Amino acid sequence: MSPVLVLGYGNPGRQDDGLGPAVVRELEALDLPGVSLEADYQLAPESAADLAVCDRAILVDAACSGPAPYQVRRLEPACGGGAGAGFTSHALSPEALLALCREAYGRLPEATLVGVRGYRFAPGEGLTRRAEANKSRALEFILQLIGEWKGEPWRQEKREKRF
Amino acid sequence: MSQKIVISPVTRVEGHGKVTIRLSDAGKVEEARMHIVEFRGFERFVQGRFYWEVPVIIQRLCGICPVSHHLCAAKATDVIVGADRLSPTAEKMRRLMHYGQIFQSHVLHFFHLASPDLLFGFDAPVEKRNVIGVALEHPEVVRQAILMRKYGQEVIKATAGKKIHGTGAIPGGINKNLSPEERDFLKKDIDQMLQWAAGGLELFKKLYRGDLKRLSSFGSFESNFVSIVDRDGRFDLYDGKLRAKNAEGKIIFDQVEPLDYLNHIREEVRPWSYMKFPFIKELGKDKGWYRVGPLARLNNCDYMDAPLAERQRREFVKLGGGRPVHATMAYHWARLIEALYCAEKIKELLDDPDLQGTELVRSGTRRFEAVAFLEAPRGTLFHHYRVNEQDQVTMANLIVSTTSNNEPMNQAVKRVAVDYLEGKKKITEGLLNHIEVAIRAYDPCLSCATHALGQMPLIVRLEGPRGEPIEEKVRE
Repeated sequence: MSPVLVLGYGNPGRQDDGLGPAVVRELEALDLPGVSLEADYQLAPESAADLAVCDRAILVDAACSGPAPYQVRRLEPACGGGAGAGFTSHALSPEALLALCREAYGRLPEATLVGVRGYRFAPGEGLTRRAEANKSRALEFILQLIGEWKGEPWRQEKREKRF
Repeated sequence: MSQKIVISPVTRVEGHGKVTIRLSDAGKVEEARMHIVEFRGFERFVQGRFYWEVPVIIQRLCGICPVSHHLCAAKATDVIVGADRLSPTAEKMRRLMHYGQIFQSHVLHFFHLASPDLLFGFDAPVEKRNVIGVALEHPEVVRQAILMRKYGQEVIKATAGKKIHGTGAIPGGINKNLSPEERDFLKKDIDQMLQWAAGGLELFKKLYRGDLKRLSSFGSFESNFVSIVDRDGRFDLYDGKLRAKNAEGKIIFDQVEPLDYLNHIREEVRPWSYMKFPFIKELGKDKGWYRVGPLARLNNCDYMDAPLAERQRREFVKLGGGRPVHATMAYHWARLIEALYCAEKIKELLDDPDLQGTELVRSGTRRFEAVAFLEAPRGTLFHHYRVNEQDQVTMANLIVSTTSNNEPMNQAVKRVAVDYLEGKKKITEGLLNHIEVAIRAYDPCLSCATHALGQMPLIVRLEGPRGEPIEEKVRE
């Protein structure tokens, strides 16, 4: 079991929507011990199996609004109307994915969502310049968070003060 | 005077859409339409791009079945480079990729989208009627589904190079073979996948037979069917010629070559939808609409060359009593037989040493126009391209599965509306649920069908008899 999972999701064929997978690509190059990495177009039920075998998870998505360079949110499971499936068929919300993990596997990792601010989402390869910069900042934060998790327990109040 | 009732978005289908039901003065259902509110663009988007880029670009058309578009485009580029027959390694690698894709897609569709409706009933609360609800009551079923889905994705990764935007298929072949390590990794779990796929099918059959009368007639209607089949009528998902059958099961056309498709399939544009309406030319636009996908494939083929699936197919066709099976909910049954078929074919291929071969690419006489067919999870894909001397695409025409199932989905909604709305002039939660269930059987991928280029808001519109808006809601 890897203590930490980083799951980046989004469509790299839609410019900044690929921020999540781009962060995972950067992390792959670092070959961090005890950290498993996954990238996908969207959150789908099978990611519940990945969550079920980690203690802590960082979900990385592109944010089309909100503060730059990124925003951080602690995730809690939720299974309200539509179970997060919403109008898109095969995709789940992060909260619904956690709920699915809990119900199917009886486990629930501590999960954090990092929403990296993107600006353009039209079909096309590559991130915009500003999104690239945001990605670098988010990467620093994720590495710092992983380091803290390995060395000291999660402290919500500390995170909130910082961000 | 007639009145129009607009139902808000159908949950759990990909993309955006709305449903309009028009009632007559007497409260009879006159017409049902599923509207698509995203716009087309991919056919224009690939114009000017080099043909060898197309298999990679075109898969972005769809976030659900990118592998199918990747492979169909690659088949078209095979024609462009004159690779009339791929090397055994290339064709088998592509087939393995395709079976992995369909396996994981069908499993996800059934367990994530359809099983909540069947396990809890169409009228169960939305809060319960979802995959998390299934996990609460049947965690083992969901765990199996998740692992089957993951297995299919591992097959894709091993053959396409990666799960996202794979690049495995290239003009004239494939860019990698299957290493012994990858083969052994996939072989380790294939027997388990076969067992679970068979178990999922038995679960469905039990649910279906337990409510046979209602499920056989639910949202059902008679139609023509189109799919590809092999030369002798064998079921095939990757390659074959086009066959169409009518509602009685009589052949309308058979063994239609890809380049000849326009002589048999035409597309009608209707002013109220961004999706085209394909039809069989021989029958005309009013009678020529047809269904594609698992139900069409099972109805059209003569046999399946996988023993477990073939046994299931024989049992399935008995539902039709000598005619095609027309039940909308039988789509799920056919889908699960196909999942079993894919598991069997994956197992067969993993024992084939050709997958470790080294001849990956072939070429021949250069051509400037190509058409390819492929059976995607939801039905037949048609990819048609023209390319200039500079290797750039000058024309693209794509007919995707959901486009072919456009009119059938309208028919399914109309049937449900007739059965559950008639005389009430009011949309109840129950009616909404039933419409969703009917549409979901086709698993439409709306963003794919409209070749979405940018996200558009959903517009829900209530209109009066002369089209005057009564209410409009926009969902970002």
